[in-house]
Amino acid sequence: MSQRLAELAATTDLAADPVGFASDPWWLILFKAVLVFAFCVVMTLFAIWWERKVVAWMQMRIGPKHVGPQGLLQSLADGVKLAFKEDIIVKAADKPVYILAPVVSMVPAFMAFAVIPMGGQVSMFGHQTHLQLTDLPVGVLYILATASVGIYGIVLAGWSSGSTYPLLGSLRSTAQMISYEVAMGLSFAGVFLYSGSMSTSTIVGQQGDTWFAVLLPVSFIIYIVAMVGETNRAPFDLPEAEGELVGGFHTEYSSLKFALFFLAEYVNMVVVSSLATTLFLGGYRAPWPITAVWDGANSGWWTLLWYFLKVQLFLFLFIWLRGTLPRLRYDQFMRLGWKVLIPTSLVWLMLIATVRAMKNEGYDYRGIVLGIAGAIIAILVLSVVWDMFRGTDDEEEKAKAAQPPPGAPGAAEPFDPMAGGFPVPPLPGQELPPVPRRAVRRAEPVGAMVGNGNGTGSADDESATDATDKEV
Amino acid sequence: MTAHGYFSTYALVGLVLLVGGGFVSVAFAANRLLRPHAPNVEKLMTYECGVDPVGEGWAQTHIRYYIYAYLYVIFAVDAIFLFPWATVFADPGFGTTTLVEMFVFVGFLAVGLLYAWRKGVLTWT
Amino acid sequence: MTAGLAAATVAAADLSGRGGPGFLSPTGAEVAFVLIGLVVLGSALLVVTTSQIVHAALWLVVTLGGLAAEYLLLTAEFIAWVQVLIYIGAVVVLLLFGLMLTRAPIGRSTELDSLKRWPAVLVAVGATATLLTVVVDAFHSAYLDLGKTDDGSARVTGESLFRVWVLPFEVLSVLLLAALIGAIVLSRGRADADGKGR
Repeated sequence: MSQRLAELAATTDLAADPVGFASDPWWLILFKAVLVFAFCVVMTLFAIWWERKVVAWMQMRIGPKHVGPQGLLQSLADGVKLAFKEDIIVKAADKPVYILAPVVSMVPAFMAFAVIPMGGQVSMFGHQTHLQLTDLPVGVLYILATASVGIYGIVLAGWSSGSTYPLLGSLRSTAQMISYEVAMGLSFAGVFLYSGSMSTSTIVGQQGDTWFAVLLPVSFIIYIVAMVGETNRAPFDLPEAEGELVGGFHTEYSSLKFALFFLAEYVNMVVVSSLATTLFLGGYRAPWPITAVWDGANSGWWTLLWYFLKVQLFLFLFIWLRGTLPRLRYDQFMRLGWKVLIPTSLVWLMLIATVRAMKNEGYDYRGIVLGIAGAIIAILVLSVVWDMFRGTDDEEEKAKAAQPPPGAPGAAEPFDPMAGGFPVPPLPGQELPPVPRRAVRRAEPVGAMVGNGNGTGSADDESATDATDKEV
Repeated sequence: MTAHGYFSTYALVGLVLLVGGGFVSVAFAANRLLRPHAPNVEKLMTYECGVDPVGEGWAQTHIRYYIYAYLYVIFAVDAIFLFPWATVFADPGFGTTTLVEMFVFVGFLAVGLLYAWRKGVLTWT
Repeated sequence: MTAGLAAATVAAADLSGRGGPGFLSPTGAEVAFVLIGLVVLGSALLVVTTSQIVHAALWLVVTLGGLAAEYLLLTAEFIAWVQVLIYIGAVVVLLLFGLMLTRAPIGRSTELDSLKRWPAVLVAVGATATLLTVVVDAFHSAYLDLGKTDDGSARVTGESLFRVWVLPFEVLSVLLLAALIGAIVLSRGRADADGKGR
C-alpha cells in the first residue's frame, strides 16, 4: 500500500505534488533565492561569452580567447574592469533618480525569476524541494507586471541624465517595449485558454502530452517576436542605434551603473527565454523522443538539464538573429508591432476560443478544422489581392510624391546653406553650391585634401579645387 | 490554498526583493571602495558629439509617443480582461455565452484599432 | 485503498499549508497593512508637495505600488498585479510621456506651487470625508475572511465578471473605444494644425 502511494506520488504531476512550496525551511528558501541570483549572474557572463563566440564564428573570426580556457572568463574580466572604473555623475543629472534608474532596471528582472520553474522536485540537503522559488496562482501576470516596472529603469535613466540622446533613446525604448508588451500579453491569453490557469507550474504540468508550441503555433511565433522586441535586442535594438543615438538611454552611465544595465539586459533575455520554455516548450520536461525510451528523464536533477538546454536554445536564437539580421527602421518596427502582431494575435485568440467552444459543444472536430482552414485561406487570398491593388496605388502615389510638381517649394527655391541661422544640408532636388576653399599649393601631398574625404580621385579633386579657385 | 500558504508565498516574493536590494547595495558599496574618484569639469559635462552642450538637455518630444502610450493603456486593459476570461473559459457553465461576450468586447476594441489604422495613427512618421 | 488516498491528501494539505508556522501570520498581515497604509499616505502627500514635477510622478508610483501591496495583503492577488501592470506600467508611463511632451525639466519648478493652497486643502478634506462616509456606509457590515484566499484569484474574479458583471464589462469596451477615438481626434487636430503651420 505505502509503496503504491509512493509510486503515485512519483508519477503524478506537480499540481498533485505532496511537497508544497511553503513547506521549505527558511534557510533553504534563502539558499534557493541566493542560488537564483547566482544563476542569473553566471548565465549573464556565460551568455555574453557565448554571444561573442557565436557571432565571431558566424563572421569567421575567432572571438575572445585569451582570458581563461577559450576566453570563457572574458566577460568576468570585463565585469570586474567595469567595477574598477571611475563613476561619473554628470553635472546636469538628477542625482537620486540617476542612481535609482539602474537599480529599478535590474531588480525586477531578477524578481521575475521567482516563479520560473527550473526543474521538478529534487532532494537538497535532505529536504524534498522544488527547483522553483515560489508558485503564484497568477505567476505569468506577475512576470508581466515586473516587466512593466522594469520599463521605469529605462525612462528614468534617459530623463535623469539631463542629456538629449539618452532622453530620445529612452523614449524610443519605452514606446517599443510597451508596444510589444501588448502582443506578448495577447499571446499569453492563448496559453491560459488551454491551461485554464496562470500558474507557471500548472502550465508546465499541462504540457505533459503536447507542448503548447505545437497546439498554439501562432501564439508561439508572436511571443518569439515580441520577446526580442521586449528585450531591445537585434534586429529590434533601435534604442541603442549607435549611428543615431550614441548609446541610447545609458549614454551618460559609467562604471558599475552601466554594468547593471548590461546585467539587466541579459537577465531579461534569460527571463523571456525561460518564460518561452515554460509556456510553450514544456518547461523542464524532457522532449518527446527521450521520454519514450527513458522513464527517469522527468525526475530529479535531470529536469534542470532540460530546462537549461531549452533556455540555451532560445539564447542561441537571440544571438543568431543578432548575427544575421540588420536593424529595422523605427517605422517598420512599429508597423510590425501594431499592424501585424496585435491584430493577428487578437484574431488568433478569438479563433482558438471559437474552436474550443465548438468542441465543448460537441461539434465534429474535422468539420471545424476544415471550415476554419477554408475561411483562413479565403481571407489570405482576399488580403493578397487587396494588397496587390493597394500596393500599386501606393507606389503610384509615391512616384507622384517623388516628382515634385513644377513650382513646388522644394525644387524652385535656391538652396540657402544657412537657413534659419544654422548650417543645414540641402533638401532633395536642391543643389549644394560649390564650397569656397583655400587654394592648394602644388607641393602639398594628396593627404592634405581632406575636404573630399577620400584620397583616391586626386584628378577630380584638383579640377574641383581649380573650379573653386576661379570662383574665389 | 490556505492563508498560511498564501502569505508565505508572497513573503517569498518580498524576500526576493530584499535579496535583490542586498545584491545592489553590496555591489554599490564594493564599487565605491574600488573605483577612483577624480572628477573635473570636462568629465561632468553631458555628452553632445564632442562639442560643449548648449542649453538644457531636455527636448520637447513629439505627440506620437503619447498616442502610442495611450494605445498601450487601452490594449493593456483589454489584455487584462482577456486573462480571467481565458482562465474560466473552458469551465462548465461558460462556453458559448462567454465567447459571445468576449467577441462583443474585442469587436469594439477592434473598431478602435481599425479607426486608428484608417486615421494613420499607427504609421510612425 | 480509498482510505489510504484520503490520508495522503490530508497529509498533502498539511504539508502545503497548515503544517508549521507561516512566515507571515494573518495578524502580521494586519500590522503590515497599517504600515504600508502609512507609506501610501506619506508618498501621496509628497506627490502634491514636491516641487520637482517628475519626482511627483515617481512618488505617485510609490503610492500606487503601496496600494498594490495593500490589495495583496487583502488576498486580492489578481487585482494587485493588475494594479501594478495597468497603473504603474501604463498610466504613469502615459503621464510621464505627457510631462515630456510639455515640460519635464530637471530641478525645481517654482510655478508648481498654487496660490490657492487653502481652498485646495478644503476641497481635499471635503472629498476625503465624503468618500469615507460612503465607503463606511456601504461596507460597514462586510467581512473579509483572510483565512480563505480564493476570493481574489483570477478564476473567482473571472467567474464573477462573466456571470454577474457582464453589462459593466461590455460598457467598459465602449468606454475604451470612446477614449481611443477621442484621443485620436484630439491629436490629429493638432497634427493637422501643425501641417498647416508648416
